[in-house]
Amino acid sequence: MDATLSGTQADSLVAARKPTGRVSDPVFVGLLWGCGIFVLILLGLIIAMLFEGGLPALREFGISFLWSTTWNPVTERFGAGVMVFGTLFSAVIAVVIALPLSFGIAFFLTEIAPGPLRRPIGVAIQLLAAVPSIIYGMWGFFVIVPLMAAYVQPPLIEWLGPLPLIGALFQGPPLGAGMLTAGLIMAIMILPFITAMFVEVLESVPPMIKESAYGVGATTYEVYRNVSVPYGRTAMVGAVMLGLGRALGETMAVTFVIGNATRMSASLFAPGATIASTIANEFPEASTGSLKLQALLQLGFILFVISFIVLALSRMLVRTKG
Amino acid sequence: MKFTHILGAAALSFGAVFSGGAFAADINGAGASFPAPVYQSWAAAYKAKTGTGLNYQSIGSGGGQNQIVNRTVDFGASDAPMKDDKLEAANLLQFPTVIGSVVAIVNLDGVEGLVLNGAVLADIYQGKITKWNDPKIEALNKGKKLPDVAVVPVYRSDSSGTSFVFTSYLAATNADWKANVGAATSVQWPTGAGAKGNEGVAGTVKNTKGAVGYVEFIYAAANKLATTDLVNKAGKVVTPSVKAFMEAAAAADWTHAKNFAASMIDTAGDGAWPITSATYILLPKNPASAAQSAEVIKFFDWAYGPEGDAAAEKLHYIPLPGSVVEEIKKAWATEVKADGKPVWTN
Repeated sequence: MDATLSGTQADSLVAARKPTGRVSDPVFVGLLWGCGIFVLILLGLIIAMLFEGGLPALREFGISFLWSTTWNPVTERFGAGVMVFGTLFSAVIAVVIALPLSFGIAFFLTEIAPGPLRRPIGVAIQLLAAVPSIIYGMWGFFVIVPLMAAYVQPPLIEWLGPLPLIGALFQGPPLGAGMLTAGLIMAIMILPFITAMFVEVLESVPPMIKESAYGVGATTYEVYRNVSVPYGRTAMVGAVMLGLGRALGETMAVTFVIGNATRMSASLFAPGATIASTIANEFPEASTGSLKLQALLQLGFILFVISFIVLALSRMLVRTKG
Repeated sequence: MKFTHILGAAALSFGAVFSGGAFAADINGAGASFPAPVYQSWAAAYKAKTGTGLNYQSIGSGGGQNQIVNRTVDFGASDAPMKDDKLEAANLLQFPTVIGSVVAIVNLDGVEGLVLNGAVLADIYQGKITKWNDPKIEALNKGKKLPDVAVVPVYRSDSSGTSFVFTSYLAATNADWKANVGAATSVQWPTGAGAKGNEGVAGTVKNTKGAVGYVEFIYAAANKLATTDLVNKAGKVVTPSVKAFMEAAAAADWTHAKNFAASMIDTAGDGAWPITSATYILLPKNPASAAQSAEVIKFFDWAYGPEGDAAAEKLHYIPLPGSVVEEIKKAWATEVKADGKPVWTN
């Protein structure tokens, strides 16, 4: 048989296909539209439901619900202050710990690592992302918390606690569980995401620019510092924001190690609470129509808004890469 | 609210999927996690005997109350008794099933048989007592060498019936606690660290020198945790034991308790353990299906019998006193009605 169809054969084939295409194509396109719109509707409904459910709490306590530090289920006085602070504080700790590590791993993988080592390390990093968060929680609770309580916190409290200003960060009993431990666990959880995006950014640096820099005698560090990082800076900030966004909503692992105290404290070692951990702790016992349930839904809405802002920022920054 | 309604329905449909061979006559219940082991043990024995299964979802007392108010289950279960006006509004009959206790656990090397009382525990949980060699603790433990170690109070972070029972005890024995903190399934803890579940509290206490926490007795017994003795209302030192819990149950004022919500906290008996409480079932007084409601009652009628009592005792729960069971049976026969006719007769 000929390698190509002759003109008339092709024409008849096209003509034969056409009628079905006329019907199936709009159906297919319509389905795709449906899929796209479905996401928007779903998201819209979730936001609306959280807001509507939480509205009575907002009416009851006014706008001061956002920063009030009272969370007293007995007297039914609720405020989001402690949880909002705890959510942001623990997420920032996570990013502060994860950032230098991610930088190091990403640069090592793209520049230094010999070929045979690259894949195992890359896969190991990705496996970290695949570990379920409850496993991190249990590991944190049974392994990290006792280590922190026995070896990390007591010396830090003794050495840094009495100092002026920064001393406030290192005070209180060495419970093991607390803000720092929560931040540490979350740092490991967001590490794979930040690292993966850093690797992508660093790989997108045109080799010619790097080679030129090496050509004029720049050291590895100088190339990293003055070529690679500035090239992908915006996208890297975006990646960090993405990690931050993930840390904000982390629930189970944090609930295990944060100490769950609805009290405000500046100390890294003090037990605290995040929005997600408070919802996880209190939801099962919040009865229908109670102020507590409404306050919890309102907390959910606040978390949604915070995450939304952070993710929108990160998307914006990642898009404008280069 | 619609939101929880949907969640409840989702949870139920999951339950239905996983219950596999369930058939129409199976009964559905949901709620408190504290009595879940005994309900599940009863369910297995009852199914083997009668063929009627019970799907019990241990989702927490609040969840149990929500679901029975929305009538998505045949019965709800709650550790804290529901408020009288709420019971009336939802047209529910409340009755206790078994009695359980809460004990204090400590991590204190070299001290055997530590004795505490409610007032001291409340002071510890308010941050007023910060060292184990505090004069107030020494006064209760004459002749014992108490270390100069910081006290670290540990509490349940998830709202739970256990916290309700424990804080009720603190409120009953310490006026400051009653005025400043109060009693509920979750409270604003003035100090200390929170951990999730019995296992979380036990784990944190085990990891932290000088820690004190509270767990259900069944959990402490199963895991052989170091518990403290308590001084009860009669001024006697009691060690947590089934006998001490039974005395607390017997000393409770059942006759004057509305909706069977008799308090067993800090009762007067000489040997009574002061932190004891019943756990409750919530049953619609106007069931949608008379047959289904009758099945529920038949199940609990069996559970109050010798087989049910034995199963409960094996798991360290305390069966109800016989006189209370008689009262409950009377309430079933007179208060649960479909179309004006009682669904069950003794």
